[in-house]
Amino acid sequence: MSTPKTSSLSIAELKKCANEIRKDVIRMTAAAGSGHPGGSLSAADIVTALYFRAMRHDPKNPSWPDRDRFILSKGHASPVLYSALARSGYFPTERLITFRKLGSPLQGHPDMRRIPGLEASTGSLGQGLSIGLGVALGRRLASRDYWTYVMMSDGEMNEGQTWEAAAFAHHHKVDHLVLIVDYNKFQLSDATHKICDMEPLADKWKSFNWHVEEMDGHNMEDVARHLEAAKKISGKPIVLIAHTIKGKGVSFMENNNHFHGVAPTEEEAKKALQELEGKAL
Amino acid sequence: MSRERKMGMATRDAYGKALAELGKTNPNVIVLDADLAKSTKSEAFGKAFPNRFFDCGIQEANMAGVAAGLAMSGFIPFMNSFACFLMCKTYDQLRMSVAFPELNVKAVGSHGGISIGEDGASQQSIEDFSLAASLPNFTVLSACDEVSTAALVPKIAEHKGPLFMRTGRPKAPLVYDAKNAPKFEIGKGNIVREGRDLSIFANGLLVFEALVAADNLSQKGIEASVIDIHTIKPIDRELVIAQAKKTKAVVSCEEHQIYGGLGSIISKVLSEECPTPIEFVAIQDTYAESGTPDELMEAYKLTAPHIQKACEKVLSRKR
Repeated sequence: MSTPKTSSLSIAELKKCANEIRKDVIRMTAAAGSGHPGGSLSAADIVTALYFRAMRHDPKNPSWPDRDRFILSKGHASPVLYSALARSGYFPTERLITFRKLGSPLQGHPDMRRIPGLEASTGSLGQGLSIGLGVALGRRLASRDYWTYVMMSDGEMNEGQTWEAAAFAHHHKVDHLVLIVDYNKFQLSDATHKICDMEPLADKWKSFNWHVEEMDGHNMEDVARHLEAAKKISGKPIVLIAHTIKGKGVSFMENNNHFHGVAPTEEEAKKALQELEGKAL
Repeated sequence: MSRERKMGMATRDAYGKALAELGKTNPNVIVLDADLAKSTKSEAFGKAFPNRFFDCGIQEANMAGVAAGLAMSGFIPFMNSFACFLMCKTYDQLRMSVAFPELNVKAVGSHGGISIGEDGASQQSIEDFSLAASLPNFTVLSACDEVSTAALVPKIAEHKGPLFMRTGRPKAPLVYDAKNAPKFEIGKGNIVREGRDLSIFANGLLVFEALVAADNLSQKGIEASVIDIHTIKPIDRELVIAQAKKTKAVVSCEEHQIYGGLGSIISKVLSEECPTPIEFVAIQDTYAESGTPDELMEAYKLTAPHIQKACEKVLSRKR
């Protein structure tokens, strides 16, 4: 049986695609006048590497039982996911601009009932890993062949449920599960180390008996390599701690936590898109 | 002449037995517990089907998320804990990860109400109906005896969507005769006694208490209908309206906080469709305490004599 999948892009193509996704994030949040651009931009390279290289999925058959699953626990970064889904072919890219508008399937935070290919409804932080464990256990129970990817923010490391899930995963030997921490060093109010410092983060996951790797979440070669290497690890859960920059790709948004939950103004969006256009050349 | 109090199993025991039975015929049923399997009675399933049983440890929030993920993968997860912990410790998870995406998760809370006895208020669940009913897409059940519990468990597995069921700790008097039991359907109340003068809607242990109260009233020439309204949401509107129109007086009985449970839901229907005098037998906006189950049911006015009083009061208000 042939395994359907989206095209596996080269590193150069992935970089180009991530840039397009960043432009979508700017356009969507600017048009909506609200949303969370900072954490969407920090996740853009990883989400691109997942949807256009690492994951086996088929936009023509969103409920294919053996598809790889992606659960965006940090649901406020919905723009980056919607863009990746649209550009994969799950729905027309023209629809992206309806983000956050009444009647749009593109809700402020993900609603799995409304969009094909969207795996989980999220938005209350700290729940995605537990859901991912259930999906990964479902794989084992049904003897299927898929991987479950969960993306969490570093802010979600504050949540107690995250560590319940970490302990459960080890105890029940949950595998074929990759957690990616989008470690952009900020949460809503301020820098994560100022709000509730979770360092040493890698050691915490190690002490929970996870396979831990750290990577540069904006180096596409590094991201693609780690996602590929993860597929060779079985018998234990995997966490990839991705060091990222909030607002990555737009000079005045990088490490500027104003853009955590504030959309760029029309003028800022124009400037941001110009910058991103320049990078595409 | 008083009704014979023939004791059956606790509804938690009946549930545990029915769940293990269900495991034989439905391979999609997966059972989760949070270190209370001996008490919730999910243990029997775990012993029979160890590969389909997960003890999550004392982590209810994660259990709810894992259940959501299993439901997303096509399984029918039954997650178990004491009702108070199941509803209160996982409320946000049940909201975000289960109710909102309309996933097929079954949450079964044992030790419902105050009749758990000596463990006291922290373990007694008096808010579970209203918490569960407040979650859109959730169905809410509370069975009254072993016969109805055994009949409802397979229906729960057939039912599509999020569902909460309360079970109880103490042995429950039999309302139904297993050899001559009616059909049980989620969303349909069962009339267990016909009467022309008033209608008593009850669930859980209070169905039997209501029958005793009805028998006592009968000695005085008052005939009460008693309805086992095991499904709190969606309420059997047709039956509530039909009974109210027929008897023109209603009493609701539940081992639950007076706000937000069965009584609140029935009065909403009555207000909308056929305003009818109603009295409420419930826990009067307070936490209970330690004591024997019987002492507590009496102290918090949930026994037959208190139901009888409520009936007499509503009859005095009857137009």
